[in-house]
Amino acid sequence: MASSTQPARIPGGTDAPKPGTPAAGGVLLSAGDVGRVVDRMAHQLIERAATTDPGAADGGLSALVLVGIPTRGAPLARRLAARIEAFSGTRVDVGTVDITLYRDDLRRRGVRALEPTLLPDAGIDDRLVVLVDDVLYSGRSVRAALDALRDLGRPKAVQLAVLVDRGHRELPIRADFVGKNVPTSRIQQVRVHLTEIDGTDEVLVTEGDGLGTGARSGATRGSEGEAE
Amino acid sequence: MKRHLLEAADLDRADATLVLDTAAQIDAALAGREVKKLPTLRGRTVVNLFFEDSTRTRISFELAAKRLSADVINFSAKGSSVSKGESLKDTALTLEAMGSDAIVVRHHASGAPHRLASWVKGSVVNAGDGTHEHPTQALLDAYTIRQRLGRLEGVRVALVGDVLHSRVARSNVGLLHTLGAEVTVVAPPTLVPVGVGSWPVEVSYDLDAVLPKADVVMMLRVQAERMTASFFPSAREYSRRYGLDARRMATLPDDAIVMHPGPMNRGMEIAAEVADSVRSTIVEQVGNGVSVRMAVLYLLLGGRSE
Amino acid sequence: MTNYLIKGAKPYGGEAADIFLKDGRIASIGEHLRVPGADVIDAAGLVALPGLVDLHTHLREPGREDAETVETGSRAAALGGFTAVHAMANTDPVADTAGVVEQVWRLGQQAGLVDVVPVGAVTVGLKGERLAELGAMADSAARVRVFSDDGMCVSDPALMRRALEYVKAFDGVVAQHAEEPRLTVGAQMHEGDRSARLGLAGWPAAAEEAIIARDVLLAGHVGARLHVCHVSTAGSVELLRWAKARGVQVTAEVTPHHLLLTDACAEGYDPVFKVNPPLRTAEDVAALRAGLADGTIDAVATDHAPHAVEDKESEWAAARPGMLGLEQALSVVVETMVETGLLDWAGVADRMSVRPAVIGRLTEQGRPLAPGEPANLLLLDPSTRATVDPAALASRSRNSPYAGRELPGRVVATFLRGVPTVLDGKAQK
Ligand SMILES: [Zn+2]
Repeated sequence: MASSTQPARIPGGTDAPKPGTPAAGGVLLSAGDVGRVVDRMAHQLIERAATTDPGAADGGLSALVLVGIPTRGAPLARRLAARIEAFSGTRVDVGTVDITLYRDDLRRRGVRALEPTLLPDAGIDDRLVVLVDDVLYSGRSVRAALDALRDLGRPKAVQLAVLVDRGHRELPIRADFVGKNVPTSRIQQVRVHLTEIDGTDEVLVTEGDGLGTGARSGATRGSEGEAE
Repeated sequence: MKRHLLEAADLDRADATLVLDTAAQIDAALAGREVKKLPTLRGRTVVNLFFEDSTRTRISFELAAKRLSADVINFSAKGSSVSKGESLKDTALTLEAMGSDAIVVRHHASGAPHRLASWVKGSVVNAGDGTHEHPTQALLDAYTIRQRLGRLEGVRVALVGDVLHSRVARSNVGLLHTLGAEVTVVAPPTLVPVGVGSWPVEVSYDLDAVLPKADVVMMLRVQAERMTASFFPSAREYSRRYGLDARRMATLPDDAIVMHPGPMNRGMEIAAEVADSVRSTIVEQVGNGVSVRMAVLYLLLGGRSE
Repeated sequence: MTNYLIKGAKPYGGEAADIFLKDGRIASIGEHLRVPGADVIDAAGLVALPGLVDLHTHLREPGREDAETVETGSRAAALGGFTAVHAMANTDPVADTAGVVEQVWRLGQQAGLVDVVPVGAVTVGLKGERLAELGAMADSAARVRVFSDDGMCVSDPALMRRALEYVKAFDGVVAQHAEEPRLTVGAQMHEGDRSARLGLAGWPAAAEEAIIARDVLLAGHVGARLHVCHVSTAGSVELLRWAKARGVQVTAEVTPHHLLLTDACAEGYDPVFKVNPPLRTAEDVAALRAGLADGTIDAVATDHAPHAVEDKESEWAAARPGMLGLEQALSVVVETMVETGLLDWAGVADRMSVRPAVIGRLTEQGRPLAPGEPANLLLLDPSTRATVDPAALASRSRNSPYAGRELPGRVVATFLRGVPTVLDGKAQK
């Protein structure tokens, strides 16, 4: 039984952390890779839900709420829910929580348009909330999301699923479900593209703009996780 | 977004839409929540600098700032050093020295917020200046129209009453035009400014002719003292020619709405049964005011690092 | 007394000549003059004009010495090329008695930089109720000939008629601030497109034109001299043209700021641009320039109106109207009238020196540059352009509407009865 503090390992080769830093401009995950990774994460979520609520008739899935962090966490959460339903036959609640008004770096990064915060009708009280984001980096987005959740209700537990974990945490936060671990340098950028928003599925690593992590403006688009 | 919100012209279409969208997201995010507070502006200080009494506007701004966790200082110029001859500039510099990040100013002189903006480093939000503008009122009006009718583009708005002295009218004319609405101002000729020809509006002196083609009727407050200055002969005649009563309301298209920025003179420009009808958005306007002002404060203050 | 030989100046912008000033008079004008013992001033390339005469200056003394004094205003005037200024009566106390006008006149004498010619109030306390002792002021040491309630309009038509008639006895003139007060209650700026948008109460052109129309009819009726202060609208120019064609003894002035600036300046609500009458439209500016060029408007007068910082660094409505003018008046006329080809240098001399002196009945000012005439003159370098810095002005106040604006022409020297009040662009006392 996996401990909830241990990142889940997705079986197979694509998740194996490669030593060193990926080459600039490289395609980290192709469209096919993204699909496979999402499928594996869906399986992991099903397994974990069952272990979280062992006695439940539906394998604990009715207690599960996948809450995406816009922009790209939102479609990712919907995809995971769709795959979970395909694999288990159970419908899973999905929501989004916009963290913009909870960020602690507004002074540095400037304002941006807000995205919707949408929760399922049943709410999140006493449920297992899994936050979904595309890239885990400093951890500040997740912290903001946790703050937002606190104002929205009182879940039984909160877990975190990310497509890519690129390291460089600035807060004591770790993911429960990781699609792919990617050691990066701080000047690199990880760009996640999803069909729903970008017209294509892929994850790229590019050389940064040389400004480092803190000074880059929110104008650098491509991945919400990048601007974390 | 510009650093200040002094008049409707400070917002281009994209900015104005951003404010309305942001207000809508804030509305949705806070709907049904027990905790109506967001940490967004923690550590920022917003000063409400009011040289004119306006409890409702001040409270609306105060609530907006507090819901975003800003510290709020209410500075009423009445009875303070300002009324004892301290200049607007000295007041502004004092407030800034105390660490204000934004000044929300209501002033009896047109252009006072512009002067303020030229002296301080923080943001200035015009909460109504003389007979000039009241841009957040126009934003909340636009927000209300969009909420009720689902659009602003092509919406036909009749703006009825004391246009000459109305800051609400000036801001609405500018903002609604920016957002694609078609505005007709309706008033006795004495209450239409010379120079209205340069405004992007139609002008009519005949309310009955305009109502059947209006999606929105926005009634402006008419102050009784205008009567003594011969802008019109009597309250009764004004009300008969330019007041909105049930008979006139019945000539509106089915989906049309009736708005009023408040405070109302029931029986003068608007009949009680109109103000309380289902077409009336007057109560919604008040609630929307808080959301729109939250959006404005967030957008002006959120990203400023200097 | 030092005598000066000005070498190579161009009188009225014409052929270069030497001008010899001796004992307060122009002794001779000619080529290659040699005068042993005279101080020689190299004036190659400079235009020589008769000293300028301002019909409309607010010196603020007595009463608001924090804004301007007779001395600081005189210095500003000399630096602007003026040798005489008419000091308006709206001081505190009002210049409505022989005592006050003599005090102002004496302060001018003491300063010794220009001839300070007091204007007497038309009505007691500028209240528009009853005539001040106009004759006593005329007979005083100040020899008042111009009477004005400027700042206020003599709006009562019967009172205006009496004033026009009464001053005929001593060849006086009533200078009217033409503003129908009932039409300008609370007025803040020109009434038009901009006032509608800016939400500032409008000052309609008709409020000026209605008074001018009335007053020219009255002046014609009683056969009196009328002078119209700071004409600001195209309609006023038309009315003046009509009245002059009918033989009415009417003269008029226009300010430098109304020749250059428009109501567009009110955008931004900086009260440095608040003035009464207000800045008008571009069409009005064009009509004023044309009226000045064809002589319908007789004179340029500054309406130099210094105000303390606290009276201008405020919201628009709370600010006092008025702007500085003495030090930039000639430059503005060069910019708007000379460089546009509307006036030649003789025309500038006529509108800024000759005619104002005649209107004010000053016999020793506004005289031609000719042997035997009083040595009141200025030397202008028309080729330099400079950016106006209010902090560098001689006026005690800083409310220049030209701050940051580049204007042509620099007054290099001014002589008052043969004595230099300005040399090398610097005041001599
Ligand atoms: Zn005047």
